[in-house]
Amino acid sequence: MTETVISTKKLTKRFGDFVAVDEITFDVQKGEIFGFLGANGAGKTTAMRMLCGLSIPSSGEATVAGFDVFREPEEIKKNIGYMSQRFSLYDDLSVMENIEFYAGIYGLSDKEIAEKSKELIDKLGLQKEAKKLVASLPLGWKQKLSFSVAIVHQPKIVFLDEPTGGVDPSMRRQFWDLIYDAAEKGITIFVTTHYLDEAEYCNRVSIMVDGRIDALDSPSNLRKKFGVDTMDEVFYKLARKAKRSAD
Amino acid sequence: MKYFINWHERQNVRQISTTCFCNEKMKQLASFVKKEFYHVFRDWKTLLMLFGLPVIQIMLFGFALTNEIKNADIVVVDNAHDLASQQITDKIAGSNFFSVRKTLRSPSQIDAAFKEGKIKLAVVFPVNFNEDLLHLNKASIQILADASDPNTATTLVNYISSIVSDYQSQLAPTANVPYAILPEVRMLYNPDLKGAPNFVPGVMAMVLLLVCVMMTSVSIVREKELGTMEVLLVSPVKPLMVIVSKAIPYLVLSLINLSAILILSVYLLDLPIKGSLLLLFAESALLIVTALSLGLLISTITSSQQSAMFASMMGMMLPTMLLSGYMFPIENMPVVLQVISNIVPAKWYYIIVKSVMLKGLGFSSIWKETLILTGMTVFFAILSLRNFKIRLE
Repeated sequence: MTETVISTKKLTKRFGDFVAVDEITFDVQKGEIFGFLGANGAGKTTAMRMLCGLSIPSSGEATVAGFDVFREPEEIKKNIGYMSQRFSLYDDLSVMENIEFYAGIYGLSDKEIAEKSKELIDKLGLQKEAKKLVASLPLGWKQKLSFSVAIVHQPKIVFLDEPTGGVDPSMRRQFWDLIYDAAEKGITIFVTTHYLDEAEYCNRVSIMVDGRIDALDSPSNLRKKFGVDTMDEVFYKLARKAKRSAD
Repeated sequence: MKYFINWHERQNVRQISTTCFCNEKMKQLASFVKKEFYHVFRDWKTLLMLFGLPVIQIMLFGFALTNEIKNADIVVVDNAHDLASQQITDKIAGSNFFSVRKTLRSPSQIDAAFKEGKIKLAVVFPVNFNEDLLHLNKASIQILADASDPNTATTLVNYISSIVSDYQSQLAPTANVPYAILPEVRMLYNPDLKGAPNFVPGVMAMVLLLVCVMMTSVSIVREKELGTMEVLLVSPVKPLMVIVSKAIPYLVLSLINLSAILILSVYLLDLPIKGSLLLLFAESALLIVTALSLGLLISTITSSQQSAMFASMMGMMLPTMLLSGYMFPIENMPVVLQVISNIVPAKWYYIIVKSVMLKGLGFSSIWKETLILTGMTVFFAILSLRNFKIRLE
């Protein structure tokens, strides 16, 4: 029995005359890894901001974790996690202090925080680094830690905005292991990415062009449909039609 | 009946959920404030500046940079060599303000000494000084001062004049002058004309403003720059809580700083606090809140830490130093600047601190200034809160 955790219907955002997001309609199921692709300026970030309750849509409907984006953005915020491309950790705080801070602002009790942070540190193998400042960690580890912190309060959905920028492929692979792990536990993953090899890791992928969703299916179906071998080719076939220039 | 039970249960549930809600908020706030304190204490350079600055300023103003003049080098040219000239010279030499270097003979020597910058002032007694004084009831002394530094020159001349008139008043009973009006001058609140009463309130205003405006704006802008602000906004934390948690550490630090300044000024500079200490702290807390909201305002209109720091410096430091009345008297400024000075919060705080600390006045004498400062605070707070929310959208 699948459960829909994100549902949008003709969701639109206009800035004056400019239609950043143009009537997008899609559903995301619980535990799914949903890839949200598009060239720069296609409207990915704006769409994601609306779903996170950061930006109020101009028209259309959307629910996230069962809550309405217009009326219940505060409820949405309690049920989602978020990791931005610039990862969300404080360099001048230790690993442990970062975990405690984020767990704290999501209202976890001291006992829960203690349990969670131990579990998290064990899982990432950061026992030795727990008391060190985040600034001293390599980028790949920071990103893994950042992701783990984003789901420390066990949200229903986690939004990842280009989470693997600037890391080498082997680190990216390790990062995706964490994502699979979270998805298995029932956390829905909503991820935007530039790396089209990563699109292959998703259960389903949507590709935005000029504010609209031009394709939405599993990577294998998309390849079949466009008669090509890689997601790269799928993406370029669609992106070529774009009228908006990047940025 | 069933409905009734249900209703009660629902009431209970609601009560539990509201207490949870409160705890949750407190927990959020506590985590947040703790994190802000980490930021402050990890950044030891800034911390050093925060606490070092007021101490250094007090030391500098108290001992090095002072308007008081001690042991100014002067020369006396005594052409009279009589009792009166000798007595006045002794009096001058006996004061703390002057050290009489030597006695010169000719005017050309005086000129040379001034040009070399060896002396600040010369006193010339004419021939027959004592005679004139006793028999004509009228004698003159020439005082030459190096007015390339006009403030020092004026101060020195005033000192000499008061020494001379002091001598005159001693002489008066025997000098047989029937009608003489002796102005009796008393310097109120600061009889010794010390510099400290003037600059301590100024340093207080500057340190509070500097710490609060700059630190708040920089710390908020840093979150924007690092991208962590975005994460905070996606979390259930309310924007107001972000601001309050950022303000708390700086409020605490500023109050500690304020206490340090007061302790230094009382024990090191012998400057007593005449009025209510509580009132002084309350008024300072008001200025801190003004500064915090100004810092917030700056953080909403700047996007990098550098520009926030620059804006705080230009926007706060300069007006505070120049237009609060602490370095230059406002009454002597052109009308335009006098008008502008009214929007400088430090000006009002400076008046308040001087009234409470030096004159020992109570709230009834400073309610107007307090009201103005409160008005400014409310204005800046509302403006920046609105701006803050808009910018986050």
